Amino acid sequence: MTPEKPPTHSPAHRLAREQRSISIAEFFEKNRHLLGFDSPTRSIITTIKEAVDNALDACEEVEILPDIFISIHKLPDGLYRIIVEDNGPGILASHIPFVFGKILYGSRFHQIRQSRGQQGIGISAAVLYAQLTSGQPTRIISRCSYHEPAHEFMLGIHTETNEPDIVSHTEREWDRAHGTRIEITLKATFSARKRLIEYLAYSSVVNPHTRITLDLDGEYIVYERTSNEPIKKPESIKPHPHGTELGRLQRMAAQKSLPKQMSVHAFLIDQFSKIGTKTADEICIHAGIDKDQDVTSLDLSALTSLHAALQAIKIPPPNAQTCLSPITEEQIRQGILKEFNPDFAVAKTRTAIVYAGHPVVVEAALGYGGSLETEGQAKLLRFANRVPLMYQQGACIITGVINAINWRNYGLSQQGLPLGPLLLLVHIASTNVPFTSESKDAVAAVPEIEREITLIVQELGRELKQFLNRRDKMRQSEERAQAICSLIPDIAEKVAETLERPVPDTSPIEGRIMKRLIAKAQMRDGRVHLSVYNYTSTALDVSVYCFSSDDLSQSSKKPTYCDESGGEYTAVWNLHLESGEGWNAEYPGTGGTIDIRGVLDEQKVVIHS
Amino acid sequence: MIDVQHSKKHAIDQLLRISDRWYQQIEAGDIPSISLATRTKRNLTYDEETEVWKLGNLERNRAAVTEKSARHILRMAYTIGFLKHQIMENRSSTLREMYYISEGWKKAKFSDQHESNMLVEDLEILTDIQREHFNLRPEENGASIFGPIELREQTRRGPKKIHCQDDVGEAGYQIPTNVDQLELLDHDADVVIAIETGGMYARLIENKFDEKYNAILVHLKGQPARSTRRLLNRIQERFELPVTVFTDGDPWSYRIFASVAYGSIKSAHISDILATPSALFIGVQPSDIREYNLPSDTLNERDIAALKAELTDPRFMTDYWKEQIAIQLQINVKSEQQAFASRGLDFVTEEYLPTRFADLGIRLR
Repeated sequence: MTPEKPPTHSPAHRLAREQRSISIAEFFEKNRHLLGFDSPTRSIITTIKEAVDNALDACEEVEILPDIFISIHKLPDGLYRIIVEDNGPGILASHIPFVFGKILYGSRFHQIRQSRGQQGIGISAAVLYAQLTSGQPTRIISRCSYHEPAHEFMLGIHTETNEPDIVSHTEREWDRAHGTRIEITLKATFSARKRLIEYLAYSSVVNPHTRITLDLDGEYIVYERTSNEPIKKPESIKPHPHGTELGRLQRMAAQKSLPKQMSVHAFLIDQFSKIGTKTADEICIHAGIDKDQDVTSLDLSALTSLHAALQAIKIPPPNAQTCLSPITEEQIRQGILKEFNPDFAVAKTRTAIVYAGHPVVVEAALGYGGSLETEGQAKLLRFANRVPLMYQQGACIITGVINAINWRNYGLSQQGLPLGPLLLLVHIASTNVPFTSESKDAVAAVPEIEREITLIVQELGRELKQFLNRRDKMRQSEERAQAICSLIPDIAEKVAETLERPVPDTSPIEGRIMKRLIAKAQMRDGRVHLSVYNYTSTALDVSVYCFSSDDLSQSSKKPTYCDESGGEYTAVWNLHLESGEGWNAEYPGTGGTIDIRGVLDEQKVVIHS
Repeated sequence: MIDVQHSKKHAIDQLLRISDRWYQQIEAGDIPSISLATRTKRNLTYDEETEVWKLGNLERNRAAVTEKSARHILRMAYTIGFLKHQIMENRSSTLREMYYISEGWKKAKFSDQHESNMLVEDLEILTDIQREHFNLRPEENGASIFGPIELREQTRRGPKKIHCQDDVGEAGYQIPTNVDQLELLDHDADVVIAIETGGMYARLIENKFDEKYNAILVHLKGQPARSTRRLLNRIQERFELPVTVFTDGDPWSYRIFASVAYGSIKSAHISDILATPSALFIGVQPSDIREYNLPSDTLNERDIAALKAELTDPRFMTDYWKEQIAIQLQINVKSEQQAFASRGLDFVTEEYLPTRFADLGIRLR
């Protein structure tokens, strides 16, 4: 038997020769849908969204009021040039190639605090997408301060290695003292124009401190800021023991940066949030570990007991106030009133809770009536860490919760979402928002968060119901008053007829019943009698408008303004009426309509008879 | 003589006082209102002086601050206007006719006749005048009287003198709507018998009970109309004759007696002139059913409920009635007045009534 040489042509060997590590850039080149670049329509929005997220995060970092300029310019051959420019702190020239030209490069990934971007994927994915579809590099201009020049880069990505491809780098003049500008050319379609505008409007609601200027090939839209308070930068916190996984603990214990001979006790206090001396003692006892033992000497079984102890011991939740920045109730309410102009708006912020060691604050708002669309389903605005979620509404837990609530309890009908002129806004702020995928379109169903959303939306529903009840009651009492007022003149007329006396004026009684400003235009004997009586409890400054084909300049009271055009007369009388004071005028004629300005609709009654 | 002109003027004046009050309220910028006595059993009180049940002092103010009250006042305003013209023009209408006339009153139109009837009663209370003087009459009519009494009626063809045995047929004299237009002239009677059923009324006439016992017979025709009760009241007042009531032996018939003697809830506001407090109940008494072994029917649930309700009715708060009702609940049967026929057609006139009169202390010639 001759010993056989080990075969080198087996299928496994052949396969082995083909196996090699895959660059993350290559991976995303093939799986772009995971990052929100699944269609040419969506890629414009995703690109802008990533750039805007970065700009807002950067401004927040240094607590500047963001001023963001966005331009979309159509080029030949189905190409678009997108420019996003901010007034943020700028990026060091040495970092620029990595921030834009290397996927998974970022400063925030290792920090535990609320931020929009985290993994450092988004904007470099846009650069990659641009390079793939247009073949063109991306231009970056950034400047860190007035004392330094601006740097301009033309950048691409080496997909095989996931390293930046610097086409050119020059220093240059720039009119901004600090900030960053990205010019990106990509193949796209702009059929999602409406959605982009919605996206910016929604962003403006949850970022009231931001001004956004949009230039759509020369057409400008400005989203003005409603708050001049920069957002306080959320601080990073150390990981919370609850929700720290075993592997993570293992890695933390083996960190090179730890001081030499660090005891388990000191390690726990130093590396986790919310662990003090007492808690650290408890954990060690629970885990059956000597608290003075060197942390690097812990073996897997010791770490496993330590991990179990970390989960078992009661530890207060992480400080949400410092690491999260909820928008706050009043700011959301103002934002909704500004963008959607509803009759009723209410917002709530829940206190922070923890899921898997991550603090979460759920905020929500509800708007009803006013300029909101009456037909069809409610408008649902979903936000995570101040970023609007524009896609995959159906896959999101926020939608799931709202659909599951019985809105009939709150006086609305429902087809999945509630129906009617309703707006619902839900914002989830967390150091780690559990998205269903990396495109960050939908929040995953985490029971703790689901419960928070349910509670807050129910709270809003109850407020809505109260509002609707109040409104119905007002309407009812008004209808009742109207019904009485339609009977009183008939009583007066009949009584006068029976007694053979002139008909008494009933308008004082009607006004008393209605507690309103009563304006009347009555045609009698070839004259039109106008009367206004203030039965409200306050003095009023009102304008009486009268429109008629009769000559209003013949009026017994001279109008403040009178105009004639094509045989149609318009007259205006400006009046000051104390509570209980009346005014009247008459003109020869047979017709005319009046209206009163300067008083709320529900405070006036205009009668033509 | 009756002063027709004065009575007309009085009625109109009283009605217009209501309208005038509203007119003044409206002129002063006040919301029109009206105060009405509540008409429920709770507001029935016994008046010692007149010995009848009257409306108490419970009042309800209705101001036109609700749609319902405003509509009520509007309807009343229309009704007053209508009645004013009717009285002035010497026309009359039935309650039902007025209800139909209201069809043309637009917002003031009544939704059913009960509503218009109630409103007329409200007006009676407010004006202290009976609807007969507004020339309003009820549908049902034709209750009749037979016996030794002479009266004069103001007819459209002038006054007519009538003797209720000599000048009338076998059915008697038909009582008119407005009894106040009758003058009671003379009589030769010892007793008045008000009879529930037509059968018994005819039996007494046929048996010449009126002649033999000098009795004035009045047919109540079930629950008596106001005109019938008013006539009984007037005969009693004018001639001071004992008035007796002869009905079936069941709870519903006792209420007929009660309305003759004490007045009814519906017309408690005019009990004074409608009720005859001295009226005596002849029967059929529950004790008669037992004593004479009359043919009877078992009480049904409604009968029992009605008997029990009568135990709480202020009009039956006497030892006599408490005892009779207790007996009836115990024997659990009821009998009609014509059940006396089982003992022969003459039994009621020859035996029963003379015995009852003796019991009640009524002296007959």
